Amino acid sequence: MPAFLSINQRIAAGAIALLVLLMMCVIVVPETQQVVIVRLGQPVRVVNRFAPNADFGRTGAGLVWRVPFFEQAVRIDRRVLDVDMERQQVTSLDQRRLEVDAYARFRVIDPIKMYETAGTVDRVAQQLQPILNSVLRQELGKRTFASLLTPERGQAMARIREGLDREAREYGAQVIDVRIKRADLPDGTPLESAFARMATARAQEAATIAAQGQKNAQIIRAQAEAEAARIYAESFGKDPDFYDFYRAMQSYDYTFTQKDGTTSIILSPDNRYLQRFKGD
Amino acid sequence: MTDRKSPWGKGDDAHGEGDTPPQDGTPGEENAPDRDPPAQRPGSDGPKKPEGPRNPWLPPAGEPRRPPSIEDIFRARTGKGGGNGGGTGNGGNPLLGGRGPNLRLPPRPDGKSWWPLGIAAVVLLWLGGSTMHRLAPQEQGVVTTFGAYSRTLGPGVSFTLPWPIQSVETRDVTSIQRETIPEGDGERLMLTGDQNLVNLNYLVRWNIKDLKLYTFQLADPDQTVREVAEAAMRAAIAEVGFNDAMGTGRATVEQNVRDRMQRVLDAYRSGVKIQGVEITKIDPPAKVVDAFKEVLAAQQKAQGDVNEAQGWAQKKLAAAQGEAAAFDKVYEQYKLAPEVTKRRMYYETMERVLGQNDKVIVEAPGTVPYLPLPAMRQTPPPAETRQGGQR
Repeated sequence: MPAFLSINQRIAAGAIALLVLLMMCVIVVPETQQVVIVRLGQPVRVVNRFAPNADFGRTGAGLVWRVPFFEQAVRIDRRVLDVDMERQQVTSLDQRRLEVDAYARFRVIDPIKMYETAGTVDRVAQQLQPILNSVLRQELGKRTFASLLTPERGQAMARIREGLDREAREYGAQVIDVRIKRADLPDGTPLESAFARMATARAQEAATIAAQGQKNAQIIRAQAEAEAARIYAESFGKDPDFYDFYRAMQSYDYTFTQKDGTTSIILSPDNRYLQRFKGD
Repeated sequence: MTDRKSPWGKGDDAHGEGDTPPQDGTPGEENAPDRDPPAQRPGSDGPKKPEGPRNPWLPPAGEPRRPPSIEDIFRARTGKGGGNGGGTGNGGNPLLGGRGPNLRLPPRPDGKSWWPLGIAAVVLLWLGGSTMHRLAPQEQGVVTTFGAYSRTLGPGVSFTLPWPIQSVETRDVTSIQRETIPEGDGERLMLTGDQNLVNLNYLVRWNIKDLKLYTFQLADPDQTVREVAEAAMRAAIAEVGFNDAMGTGRATVEQNVRDRMQRVLDAYRSGVKIQGVEITKIDPPAKVVDAFKEVLAAQQKAQGDVNEAQGWAQKKLAAAQGEAAAFDKVYEQYKLAPEVTKRRMYYETMERVLGQNDKVIVEAPGTVPYLPLPAMRQTPPPAETRQGGQR
């Protein structure tokens, strides 16, 4: 130590050196990470390993000792992570194509195994992605197109999850959930034919509705006519003779008293109307 | 080569000039321009200085080392004339001591340094900033001690240990986040249970139920909410028929999506609460919109037909009722005096009928009438008198 430092400065320098040493011996493990302590390339222990029932605050997070230089800390995400699948076309059992977009949620539960097999969390996700693709393809290929659009899809997803989980365990990860985000008809012919089908279905619906409307209208008219006939019959039936006379009068009135009436009527003196004409 | 221009480059050897050409191995003519600047300086100001670059760390040969005066600084700026001696000398000097006084604050009135005060202020800021936390009413904060969760702060003022030991992450937990899916205006088609397509936009409202879980459990909670929403919506739409989705089933779908999302997010222990899912727009795909409009038109037309028939029926019935009622009234009177009434009605009708038409009365059975007979057009007086008389 250079001689020009005072005693206070020496103490300060010593304290700083001690602090630095201390900081090298200690690592901070946040709640969101689990840490594999690797001693000279050999993983020896795991800090803050995921445990399903450990509440936050009671986990192993916090300050952790390690031997500087000999031990390295490999930090691994402890949270639920996701694998996003590329959109891909899947053929269903009935040879129909479907464009599927899915995701899986996983978590690293065995950090040492994960460190040894994949190294980083991103690599795990990379490894899982093709597996997810193939499992999905396999499982959806066993089902018909229509059954993918029913609650049965849930069973398919459960089986895909199981399949993927089996593979993921090899990387020390656990698959929590697999879900289909999108399941669409591919662009081009399948989509166009679906549109065409929808359009023709609508045209049929329109025709049906129009025909129904006409039918209903006709029924309404017929009912009204029947009702009217009933009313007439009830009323006129009381005296058919008088009705005949009454209606005849109305009819003459209507027929011969048109405004532009130029009808010439030739009456014989025997006509009832002219009965009194003779002056009897 | 550029090194040699720098006053620092050759600080170690006092008579470096001679050494350089062999070291670089460059021909003499190329070196000549490099040596020009130092060569010119002495040329302008005096023969007293030795030629060539000098060691800037050493005082110039002719001048004793001295602290820079204001003149020196100005001379350095102008760079002419006096720049030669002082020029290179000052090139070193500002760094050694010339700029020193500028870095230092003037001492305090009592002659002590500002440093203790400055340090105290920094420490105060650090303590104040990292120990006291004021949270707005809708906020909560997660306190971590060296990364480990220790507690959750509620609204109001709270204190924690200072920064490297404890840190606080605050977040708005009660305000409702709104996620519009899909973003933008593009058409987003979904398959319904009967293999039709609908174009669907919806809105998810959510907030944080448990900040601790929200902070530590998921790698990307916001993205997760979106993805879960998308998956749940598609699953729910795939379980209803097209007509249900477009019409009556909407509320059911919304409720269904909400329940599904909450189930999945709870299974992830995400600490997110779904407040509601609203379908903001649900349309048939743009390419079949016309067909849907035709259905609407057909519906309108059918309704129109029915309405028209009903109108006709009403008219018909009313007419029947009216006619029947009229007949009934007349018949009532007729029954009281059948013969007279009948006669009266007959004559009245005949009056109206014959009154407006041409009449020909053929007296003799053998007479052949000419038709038309305009000359005979006349109103028979007896008819008029009768009319008047009868009324």
